[in-house]
Amino acid sequence: MARSITIPTDDRLKPHLAAYASIERSRRLTTLIGVALLAGATVLAGWMGEVNLELFWSRIGEFGNYIGRLFFLSNGKAVITDVYGGEDSWFWGFFYWLKKIGETLVIAYLGTVLGFIGGFLLCFFAAANLTPAPWMLFVTRRYLEFCRTVPEIVFALIFVVAFGLGPIPGVLAIGIHTTGALGKLFSEVAENIDMKPVEGLASTGGSWAETMRFAAVPQVLSNFVSYTLLRFEINVRSAAIMGFVGAGGIGQDLIESIRKFYYSDVSAILLLLVITVIIIDMATERVRHSLISHEGRA
Amino acid sequence: MTRSAAMFKELDAVGARHREVLRPNLLKRALTLAAMALALVAFIGGFAWLEFSWTRIWNGLSQLGSIAKLMMPPSYASEDQLFNWIKALGETLAIAFLGTLLAAIIAFPLSFLAARNVMAQRVIHFMSRRSFDTIRAVDPLIWALVWTNVVGLGPFAGILAIMTSDIGSFGKLFSEAIEAADQKPVEGVVSTGGSHVEAVRFGLVPQVLPVILSQVLYYFESNTRSATIIGIVGAGGIGLHLSEQIRTLEWQHVSLIVLMILVTVAVIDFLSSRLRFAIIGRRG
Repeated sequence: MARSITIPTDDRLKPHLAAYASIERSRRLTTLIGVALLAGATVLAGWMGEVNLELFWSRIGEFGNYIGRLFFLSNGKAVITDVYGGEDSWFWGFFYWLKKIGETLVIAYLGTVLGFIGGFLLCFFAAANLTPAPWMLFVTRRYLEFCRTVPEIVFALIFVVAFGLGPIPGVLAIGIHTTGALGKLFSEVAENIDMKPVEGLASTGGSWAETMRFAAVPQVLSNFVSYTLLRFEINVRSAAIMGFVGAGGIGQDLIESIRKFYYSDVSAILLLLVITVIIIDMATERVRHSLISHEGRA
Repeated sequence: MTRSAAMFKELDAVGARHREVLRPNLLKRALTLAAMALALVAFIGGFAWLEFSWTRIWNGLSQLGSIAKLMMPPSYASEDQLFNWIKALGETLAIAFLGTLLAAIIAFPLSFLAARNVMAQRVIHFMSRRSFDTIRAVDPLIWALVWTNVVGLGPFAGILAIMTSDIGSFGKLFSEAIEAADQKPVEGVVSTGGSHVEAVRFGLVPQVLPVILSQVLYYFESNTRSATIIGIVGAGGIGLHLSEQIRTLEWQHVSLIVLMILVTVAVIDFLSSRLRFAIIGRRG
């Protein structure tokens, strides 16, 4: 089967080629402007951020040294030679640190549950399709925005002044921040539900609360749980630094050993922390997947 | 009345006909109740472990109320101080911007090592994945502490801290974007005689670039928030001033700084989400 291709003559191609060239030119110009803006912003930011490349190059070895020193005990032996045992071993405080990591997990858990409760109660008011009144939509949305924009560690700093040192301000700080974060995600889920059950219940005379309970909640619950588990992972990381400002958990011990240059303690605590975080991540991922596959079957 | 009675009679009949569907799933219900009970027990037990007490909460709340009253109205001590805070906010933005940019530049080539469809060598793929996970598991604030030990106090340490922790996040996200890319353009390039590098450059990179750009912008937004607090450990930005004002109990100054942070974050969010939609819209 022979097929012939007619090649257009040059003068017929000309306008097309010109159009292509002009599109290419304008695209190149856009890229060029973008790169120029980026370069300008980089220089400006470098100046504001006191970037000192000379200092950086002269000290970059120090970073390597620092990381290297993490793996040597105070008596100069490598950590691996004396992992667990006497007073000077690498994991001398193993059970104490484990308890502190437990405390960190509890702070993260309690904060997550508080945030779940807050976000759950508020999200229906912050969803445009379900809210009982427009002013409630506005008020809850602004409140949730406030809760999630102020970093939890700032809440923790203020709460430590109000509630005193200890894990309770950490729990409350994480709880408030989580309320904001989950409330927003939840309300977005709630805005995407099928409205037919809601209308059905409202048409049979159900009150607003009944409508939410029997029409909205069953549609959103598994998504809510999945988001909450994801948030728990994030909160474990945040709870680990709450101790930096005196709000409980392993952070207190970590910042002390960093500040006092107890290198092997730093590496031991960080190692325990990283392992904990990875285990938590893997466990919640499993639960989330099983939730999703459950959803798929139903 | 009779009509509704008839409806209810009908309801019974419906119930009888579809017993299979309407029968409560006892096992599922028991599991749900058990999970809820477990969560509740852990909740109460957790509070007990942390030595929670109502009197402390009550005292704290009343304290918090008086602090909130003391915060009004937001104010500053002198023009100089206000100027310093604005400068610190600029520093915060610089930290977020440079930290994100450097992390993206460093993570981009590394992410190809962690992508299964580019890196056939399983050991390298596995090792780079785990390294990203480890970097990511350490909070930026901890990295900031480490970097202040290396380059000293100041915003430069903050930039390096944001950069380090984001190399972990970007490495993971970018490699996932690369793995999700369509393989056909890659095969196309290879079939016309392109090398492996050319296949990646012309078959893969154009596909993942818009995704990566929008992720970078998203992280810039999130890093603006992280950069506001990184000063708490002395790594530059507004956080230093904020924690100073909280520690000296200057509540009116605290509320003004928080307000300034909120406005800055809102502006950055607005600009960056506009830019993000522009990028996705233009290429998608």
